[in-house]
Order: sequence, then structure tokens, then C-alpha cells
Amino acid sequence: MKQITGADLFMKALKEEAVDTLFAYPGGQAIDLFNALYGEKEIDVILPRHEQGLIHAADGYARSTGKVGVCLVTSGPGATNLVTGIATANYDSVPLVCFTGQVPTHLIGNDTFQEVDFVGITRSICKYAVMVRKREDLAETIKKAFYIAKTGKPGVVVVDLPKDVQRAYGSDLYPKEIMVRGYKPKLSVHMGQLNKALEVLNHAVKPVFLIGGGVNIAHANKEMTQLAELTGVPVITTIMGKGAIPTTNSLYVGNIGIHGSYAANSAISNCDVLFSIGTRFNDRITGKTEEFAVNAKIIHIDVDAASISRNIDVDIPIVADAKKAICALLEKAKPLHISEWTDEINHWKKEYPIDMGKVGLTPQMIIQSINEMFKDAIVATDVGQNQLWATQFLEIGENDQMLTSGGLGTMGYGFPAAIGAKLGNPHKDVIVISGDGGMQMNIQEMATAVVYELPVIICVLNNGYLGNVRQWQEMFYERRYSSTCMRYRRSCETGCNQPDHCCPEYIPDFIALAESYGAKGIRVTKAEDIKNALTSAKQNTKIPTVVEFIIDREANVMPIVPPGNPLNDMILEREENRE
Amino acid sequence: MKKRWICLFVENEIGVLARISGLFSGKSYNLDSLTVGVTEDSTISRMTISLTSDDRTFEQIKKQLSRSIEVIKVVDYTDTSIHMKEILFIKVIHCSDADMTELFRISKVFGVEIIDYDGDTVLLECTQTENRNNDLIALLKRKFVNSIEIVRGGSVAVEAVSISER
Repeated sequence: MKQITGADLFMKALKEEAVDTLFAYPGGQAIDLFNALYGEKEIDVILPRHEQGLIHAADGYARSTGKVGVCLVTSGPGATNLVTGIATANYDSVPLVCFTGQVPTHLIGNDTFQEVDFVGITRSICKYAVMVRKREDLAETIKKAFYIAKTGKPGVVVVDLPKDVQRAYGSDLYPKEIMVRGYKPKLSVHMGQLNKALEVLNHAVKPVFLIGGGVNIAHANKEMTQLAELTGVPVITTIMGKGAIPTTNSLYVGNIGIHGSYAANSAISNCDVLFSIGTRFNDRITGKTEEFAVNAKIIHIDVDAASISRNIDVDIPIVADAKKAICALLEKAKPLHISEWTDEINHWKKEYPIDMGKVGLTPQMIIQSINEMFKDAIVATDVGQNQLWATQFLEIGENDQMLTSGGLGTMGYGFPAAIGAKLGNPHKDVIVISGDGGMQMNIQEMATAVVYELPVIICVLNNGYLGNVRQWQEMFYERRYSSTCMRYRRSCETGCNQPDHCCPEYIPDFIALAESYGAKGIRVTKAEDIKNALTSAKQNTKIPTVVEFIIDREANVMPIVPPGNPLNDMILEREENRE
Repeated sequence: MKKRWICLFVENEIGVLARISGLFSGKSYNLDSLTVGVTEDSTISRMTISLTSDDRTFEQIKKQLSRSIEVIKVVDYTDTSIHMKEILFIKVIHCSDADMTELFRISKVFGVEIIDYDGDTVLLECTQTENRNNDLIALLKRKFVNSIEIVRGGSVAVEAVSISER
């Protein structure tokens, strides 16, 4: 048997796992692994500018390709900088394997330079975290890490690699298969339960499908569309489920939730059968739980047993992979005669559309231009109003994809995620929809996008506020704009809540900043310039383009379900706009 | 709210106890006691966990435990016949002669062993159910105010073999 170092085995493992892109940032306790990577041709090694940007990029790569995203960083600060990204990815069931360097085993516990108990830190925010303490365990642990990350409900696995394990010699064997006795992902569908569910569905008068991110993760979009079309049952999605069927499909109602459409929320509130697949009934979608779908029999398919009957009591629970369950349903489902119900929903859709109006440079107009100008694209959003507008107005066709931090709601996610998505999908247009706040949280990755020649188009919706919090302050905290103004300077009055033309100049100048990185920058202040700006951004095929849209400072995301209200008790538009 | 018992088979690895106890604290689940020890298979540890919760939370706790990679099997002992014991030491200090006599009497009634004594201090060892131990502690707390020291080990439990004993 050939003897190789841990670092060389690590390389072999990456190749056996068909890793083609590695997001990596070096440091003292990872230097042996980087040494093994030197001159590597089969694996594209990407050096972002901060470990948080790194892991969000790996996340965007994983979500957009369906492959496992792989990170490699050093111990201590390198590892702790991953924490937000680990929680972000794990919350949205994104398969990542994060390798972290660690101080040599004999120094662990001594408060060694750049030592942190990273397994201890991440245990509660990832699917599995493990330190490899012996060289002979290395191959099996890496195999296990990939297996756990990508199967069942996908998630993040942390593998902590002490330096002496990286350097030690041992077997060069890498296992082909692995068995983990405490981990048995559900592979089959319980047909009895499924038949029961179909029986209930077939007798429904007002049924709806409620689809969460599970369907996108299982890549069951085509099958889901078929199921909706076969049964004729209207489809409502969560933010994570958006795109489960094309948003242009006539059966698509809209998003559920506190910023969902009135039609979707009303349909949920009035339905008699709620057939949900791959959602955990998060508090952002249920509103007041006691009044959630009170008249409905609830069917819930989820790959994670712990997601079922946790927030909402379920009548028919089915633990299964979304794709397997949908395929099984397709074999037995039949058309329903529910035209009265679909007419009612269509009436709501028509009467209460989400519409910001056609005047001025509104987020709606920007996003609709993106819809018109980019087909088969990947759109990564940041978090806040920009994300909510994107989930309201973005059209997701069969070959489009939206990447968004739905569970954790991580500002600074969008731009680096787009970098990862572009690396994994070089032939697709990749667009970022971000706010001016979130954009500044990982702006340093502009360097990464430039050096790796990634022409992502970064739309910054700049309102000079941390807009989503400001909106809450406006609506529920008497306009007390506490720490949300991005144009604030020492010279400003404290307690200001009146954005006007005397406000200090905004910094940074996003255009000059982009250009300082060697990227392009375009500022748009009028609606008629939106398309020209996007067209010229499209022409930059080697470098990223920042398109900064100066939008109304106090534009709100409407409608909204105020906190504590049932879903269909929404504020539809701003007071001053009401007639 | 109801008293529950769970038997947990887990990987005998570093960090598993932290993982399980962290799950309880992180999700704000109540935990009455947790004991752990290695089984006849040295790669597997067995935990006995007792807690008090409502039905819904308890279902969630079992599911959360099951989905932990390190957990091999979750067995709900709540409504099964089990044998269950907890080790308890009670040290009573500043005893008068009358106190000593009373302690020896109590030990007879409760089936408690007096395993050590010297001067005015007595050490009792009690291996009973958690409830029985609670009763004994309550009694001694009443009788020997501010002069007792308690060490308890948490319960271990195993399914009954032949009889329905709880």
C-alpha cells in the first residue's frame, strides 16, 4: 500500500468526489493543504477576498449547480469568518463541505495561536461537524462528510483538520462507499399515506398546493409543474419555493407570507385542502398560527420528519423526498373540477395585484426590465426590501433560478453568491439584486469578480436607508428612524426622520468604487434609462458591472401582514396612497 | 406537562454529549437529568434522559434527537415497563445523638444504607427511583435544615424483562 500525506489524500478525495471548484483562503494551519493544491489543473481554486464572501460564493455555486460546494480555510479567524455562511447555507439546506485547518493535535486546548474550538462553535448550526484526530480516519471522514452533506435534507458539514493530520503519512485508499449507522436518509415513499393524501385531495373543493424550497432542492420543478397541470390545483410558493413551477404559469398564484400576495394569502386562509411539499411552515409564512388555514385539512410532505407538525398541526404527514413523492403522485393523480375556486382566486389576483405604480424609478420597473431582458438567468438577491421586491416581481421561468437567503436572512449574501453561481454557470447571465446596505457588507468581492473575469451584473437599489428596518420603523415604530439612515453624518440632527434634499452626500460612490476595482459602474436616476444601463452592462463580457439605481428613499414593500395578524389581514398599500 | 424517559444509543465519540446537551439548551428544551455510559459495544454509549414536557414538544425532541448524525437509536420509555434507579449520596452534618437515631430509623424505612460516619457526620447512600429519592431529600431537608449536602447521579433505566414494574 502506498503511503501518502494527509494533504495528498485530501487532494485525492476532492478528485474522487468530482470537485471541480474549490473556494479557498490560505493560512498557517492550512498551508500544507495549499501546498498540495499548488499548480493544480483539474480543480479551479478560487481565492475570494474574505472568508464570508468565500462561503457565500460556495453556497451560490452549490445552489445553482446542485453540486456540493467546497470551502477550505485556515484555523481560528479563517474558520470563524465562515460561521455566518455556514448558518446561512444550512438553514436553506445547501450542501457544503467546509474544511478548516486546525492547530496540531498535541497543541489543542493550549490557547495556541489561531486556535478555536470550531467543531464546538458550529455544532448547532450545521448538519454535522467533526475533527479528524487520527490520520487513519481521514479518508473515511471526508467520504462521510460528502455523503452527509448531499443526501437527505442537504446541509453543511464541517471537517476540522489538525496540521499534524495533514502532514502525517498513511494509506492512499479512499473508500467508494460509506455506511453511517446513525444516518438513514429516507429513500422510499409511504404509499399508504400517499394514497390517503390523494383521497383527500380528490374530494377537495378548494385545494391549493403550498410549495417550499424542498421542491427546488430536489430539482422536481418539471414534475411539480406536471402535477399542477394534471390536477389543475393552484400553486402557491414560499420565497424558497419560488420557481417550483414557472411564475408565468396560469396556475401560479404567488408567494405566501407576510409580504405575499393578497390572492395567495387569501387562498391559504380559505382553502379546504392544503397540500404542502418541502416547507417548514416558518413564522414568516404562517402569520398568526392559530388562524392559519383553519378550514383546511393539511397534507405535508417533507424529507425532514422534524419539520412536520412542528409549527402547524398536520393531518397527513408524509416523510419523503419531494421528487420521489411528486413522481409517485403523478402516477395516480387525476384532474379536479374546481373551476369555481380557481375563478375566485383569479378574481383576487386581478383585484389585488402587487403593484407599485408606473411612475418614477421604482423597484418594480427595474425588476420587470430584468424579466424582459434576461432569459434563462440566475438572479441572486441580497436581504431586505430588495429581496422582497425580487420575490414579488421576479419572473422565474423553467430555466431561471433565484438564489436568496431565505432562512437566516443574511445581508451581504447576494453578491458573493452570484460570483459562485457564475463560476458554476459560465454561460448563464447572473444578476444580483441588492440594496446599498447589503452591498457594502461584502463589497470586497468585487476584486474576486474582476480577477476571475466574472461578468455578473450587480443592480444596487440605493435608497440610502437600511430600508426594511426603516419601513418597520415607519409603520410600527412611529417613524423613529433609529440607525437606519445610510447618509447620516455627525453634522446631522439626532432623531431625524425626514429624508430631504439637504441630506449629506451618500458614500461610497458605488460607480467610482467599481471602477477602482477595474469593474464598470453605471448610475441610473430615471426610469427611461433602466434598459440602456442593463443593455450596456450585458455588453461587458469580461468584467462585472455595477448598476446603481437611485430609488425613492421611502419606497415600501407592500402588501404586508402586520406582526401578530392572520395571513389574510394585510395592509395592502401605504396610507397616503389609499383613496 | 408530563414526565418522560428516553433511552438514547449514540456513537461513543468525543463531542457527542456536547451535541445532545447543546440540542436541549439551544432549543430551550427542559432537561431533568441525563446520564451516559459506554455499552457492551465499546463504540456505542447509552444515555438515559428524563425530562418534563408537553406532547408536542416531546415529539419534536425525539425527532431532533433522531436526526442527529451521532444518534443511532432513540427509544421512548415513557409508557413502557422499565427498571430505573438513581444513585444518591446525602451527607448530614452537625448531628446530635437524637439526630443519629432518627437517621438510622429513616434509613431502615427508606432502605437507605449508611455507608460512613464519623463524629457528628453521617453519609447515606440511596439507590432508588428518582421519585423515591426526591421524597427522601424532602424529608431530610425538613428535618435537618441547612445541614445536608446532596449529590445525585441522574437516573439510568432499562426495559423490564418479565414483570411490569415502573
